[in-house]
Amino acid sequence: MKESIPAIKKAHNLHKAREWTIKISEKTITKTEEAGNFLTDFADAVLFIVRTAKETFSREFEFKEFLRQCFQIGYKTLPLISVTGLIMGLVLTIQSRPSLAKFGADAMLPGMVAVSLIREMGPVITALICAGKIGSGMGAELGSMKVTEQIEAMEVSSTNPMRFLVVTRVLAATLMIPILILYADALGIMGSWAGANIKGDVSFTLFFAQAFSHIDFIDFLPAVIKSFFFGAVIGLVGCYKGYNAGRGTESVGIAANSAVVLGSLLVLIVDVIAVQITDML
Amino acid sequence: MINDSQIDTIDTVAKKSKEQVIEINNLKISFGKQAVLKDVSLQLFNGENLVVLGKSGSGKSVLIKCIVGLLNFDGGSINVLGENVSDLKREGLGELRKKIGFLFQSGALYDSMTVKQNLEFPLRRIRKNLTQQEMDEKIKEVLENVGLSDALNKMPSQLSGGMRKRISLARTIVVDPLIMLYDEPTTGLDPVTSDEISLLINEVQKKYKTSSIIITHDIECARNTADRVIMLQDGEVYLEGSLKEFEKSDDVLIKSFFK
Repeated sequence: MKESIPAIKKAHNLHKAREWTIKISEKTITKTEEAGNFLTDFADAVLFIVRTAKETFSREFEFKEFLRQCFQIGYKTLPLISVTGLIMGLVLTIQSRPSLAKFGADAMLPGMVAVSLIREMGPVITALICAGKIGSGMGAELGSMKVTEQIEAMEVSSTNPMRFLVVTRVLAATLMIPILILYADALGIMGSWAGANIKGDVSFTLFFAQAFSHIDFIDFLPAVIKSFFFGAVIGLVGCYKGYNAGRGTESVGIAANSAVVLGSLLVLIVDVIAVQITDML
Repeated sequence: MINDSQIDTIDTVAKKSKEQVIEINNLKISFGKQAVLKDVSLQLFNGENLVVLGKSGSGKSVLIKCIVGLLNFDGGSINVLGENVSDLKREGLGELRKKIGFLFQSGALYDSMTVKQNLEFPLRRIRKNLTQQEMDEKIKEVLENVGLSDALNKMPSQLSGGMRKRISLARTIVVDPLIMLYDEPTTGLDPVTSDEISLLINEVQKKYKTSSIIITHDIECARNTADRVIMLQDGEVYLEGSLKEFEKSDDVLIKSFFK
């Protein structure tokens, strides 16, 4: 009986060791699969971007569809961007005024608001709003086209869906989002003028003259350049998520949702990179 | 008196005398670890309606998607109108697809376009030499053929399931294809509309002299349209023959379909 106790303990330890080994192996396999999936997704995304770039410079450009997308992205987003722009300027002015007043720097208000709007707030907030509206719209539309076999039907009709659906949308977003951003900036300054007039009396021309006296070309240029990147990122992410949606209606929601989440995140990442580059120049 | 083996011989001779428009040999395709088609060989002859039967998930839709190059297969060969599908690059595949009409299970009408724009879409890309007037006439003709002349300016969302299938069929035949591939043409339709679609399939075959593969698990549709039937089971051809042979079969699986 005394001899059998160590034997039982040994067997128990062996059993435990085996269980641990199995658990570790299973976890290793799961993690390896996850890493593999991530790398596959990354490679898919890179290939998608390369294919989009290649199709952009192909001979048969779908100009009519491109114009339709410009209308959809540009004109149909105007009301939302107008309200956003006005509120940005108005809120920024109302919030900044007390701090500036403490230092007796009220006169700096138009310039400060204009610089904040043009360099940072206008592009980033407008791009985030666009990632929500345009990115999710693209993700949902292409996702639903995928689920209902419309993309395959296009392919069978001897039409290149990448050229017809993706290139036109990405180019339209790249072109229209910077225009929307400039429009939001202009409305933001108008909103700021309205905010300044809540507790004061500043003429429109004086406010604008003061605002633009603080803005140089160097404030405009990086903001405009990064706006094109914001547009391209929003268009690419929206199309990629929609075009690669899974089967079933659930995947349409997932595509729209992830287009917004990833699009917004990438807008912020692009912004950080752009700010760093501008700072170095 | 002709016995069964003699009928089989006559059938074989008749088949061989016809021109093959599609020839599939030992087709294999897997998705991940799941083998969907393990070894499928079949032929489609000029002017015939070949019905492919099988349970859901037996790989019927995958089979016709491989024929038009929508899916890349792992092994075997598909020859369509003398062209080996796996050898074709994008341009070649595009040219081949101009000769093939594909009716999708869901209809796949473009939601953002009217019926007229849906029909113009393939016409503008496949029949580039047509004038606007010729295109309008062609669209009018196919809409009359499917009995929906008044739906010209409607959006797909304004159409019923049966109407969507008809418009989808009109969009497919508007470019005069040589081969028609029907993916579950009657699924989700009531029996009356299903019969109407089956009749339309026969009319299309007669009028446009098409050769067709009809994927279905609707036995009434098979009865109305089939010249020859193939049943797929577990990724392989389970049985091939005439509709009569299927109906007479004592096999349990076949009987479960034809009861």
